[in-house]
Amino acid sequence: MASVALSEAEKVYIVHGVQEDLRVDGRGCEDYRCVEVETDVVSNTSGSARVKLGHTDILVGVKAEMGTPKLEKPNEGYLEFFVDCSANATPEFEGRGGDDLGTEIANTLYRIFNNKSSVDLKSLCISPREHCWILYVDVLLLECGGNLFDTISIAVKAALFNTRIPRVRVLEDEEGSKDIELSDDPYDCIRLSVEHVPCIVTLCKIGYRHVVDATLQEEACSLASLLVSVTSKGVVTCMRKVGKGSLDPESIFEMMETGKRVGKVLHASLQSILHKEESLGPKRQKVGFLG
Amino acid sequence: MAMEMRLPVARKPLSESLDRDTKKHLVVPGDTITTDTGFMRGHGTYMGEEKLIASVAGSVERVNKLICVKALKTRYNGEVGDIVVGRITEVQQKRWKVETNSRLDSVLLLSSMNLPGGELRRRSAEDELAMRGFLQEGDLISGVLVQVSPSLVKRQKTHFHDLPCGASVILGTNGFIWIYPTPGHKEEDAGGLTANLEPVSLADREVISRLRNCIVSLVTQRMMLYDTSILYCYEASLPHQIKDILKPEVMEEIVMETRQRLLEQEG
Repeated sequence: MASVALSEAEKVYIVHGVQEDLRVDGRGCEDYRCVEVETDVVSNTSGSARVKLGHTDILVGVKAEMGTPKLEKPNEGYLEFFVDCSANATPEFEGRGGDDLGTEIANTLYRIFNNKSSVDLKSLCISPREHCWILYVDVLLLECGGNLFDTISIAVKAALFNTRIPRVRVLEDEEGSKDIELSDDPYDCIRLSVEHVPCIVTLCKIGYRHVVDATLQEEACSLASLLVSVTSKGVVTCMRKVGKGSLDPESIFEMMETGKRVGKVLHASLQSILHKEESLGPKRQKVGFLG
Repeated sequence: MAMEMRLPVARKPLSESLDRDTKKHLVVPGDTITTDTGFMRGHGTYMGEEKLIASVAGSVERVNKLICVKALKTRYNGEVGDIVVGRITEVQQKRWKVETNSRLDSVLLLSSMNLPGGELRRRSAEDELAMRGFLQEGDLISGVLVQVSPSLVKRQKTHFHDLPCGASVILGTNGFIWIYPTPGHKEEDAGGLTANLEPVSLADREVISRLRNCIVSLVTQRMMLYDTSILYCYEASLPHQIKDILKPEVMEEIVMETRQRLLEQEG
């Protein structure tokens, strides 16, 4: 993770501030920085989203390709995640420096999506045991400003919401061989339901309290963090502890409750902003990267 | 708890919101400044194909026969007499390496440090061994550091300001700005190297956070930083909550008000 050098006095200042619920930029312990979401920024993908949270900038692209289903799940399609930590984000990511962080984030994404209800994988099946849709989700880290996991999960959810998979029909020949026909209308596509897609809420333990949406400086003061993956109904799908410090079981429980509470509000805001963007229709002015 | 999501909005060009009499001549690397060969070449320009071409992105400044291009975003270039704020990155024999947002790391020699107690003597071997006790990697005194572009800090007579709102600010010309609570009474005898680890009061904290957000908003709107602009921005931000200052529309409103007050003061 990108690190920033801080003196003992600065760390003490941050820790005392968190105790009094007044962080360096004036936020409370459960406040997020302002989030900017935009979907459909990359034209040659099936779905894409760009999310900016303070100084953290993430771009996600989803490409739908046809392939064979996995042997143990012949009636379902699946998702493949790949995370690229670009050297633009911080010089530490140059060369192979960003690979470790990339695999860590990808593994976390696999874990949170590894359950029956997150994404309806049966809808991705075209013909059992033969053809299915594989969604390749590529995450690109453009800038690293703290709180990567939350931003990535918001961006993945927004990109999946924006994904449009072309509608296909399987035609049976007289000889029994199957043919796949793509519909003529380019706008005839199926959309994924992202109602149960979870989002990650990172809770960093600083001093005796925990904060949501930590900046790079705050992350440097925290010894342990809890990543909680929450759905829109407040159901926890997976939990993970990061950091070299230890966490008391009681504080884990408190942090989980905070995570559920914050997660529900996060989902509600994300849902409303995605619907608002969609209601603007195709005439919406795209800001993209040159705005 | 607060959670705000919004759709991105394209940035408005600044010149629409200001009325400038003299338009700045902005250039990018490769732009021709002039084909007149009578001018002397200054920083940021070079002669190519009988034309004066810019080598950095910035505004053209002309002083009689000298043309130079002042870059908008650069690393810090030191000048004699500048006040800088730095972060210690390494401890070496008889000196410290300091990070000052310049092209190369800066060096602070042991012989130029004021010893505790204000003594004046030759630095001995014991002083060398005690270096780590004076200043260690990552050291600074209690407060908040804001990093901005060096080109936005206005050069003034003094860079240490005690603002009336209750905090003090050191505007380093290298773009490092240090905000700290105003000390109750000045301690002259400690030699200037005390680590103050007392907890800062909530009221002071609010002032410091507000100042930090004001400085960040001034920088985002590319305004020059000096004590008056920071103070006017602070006063303009008082009706808003501290965490709201960083919202784009509140930021614009505050900086617009600051700009107007500064223009009124000049005129």
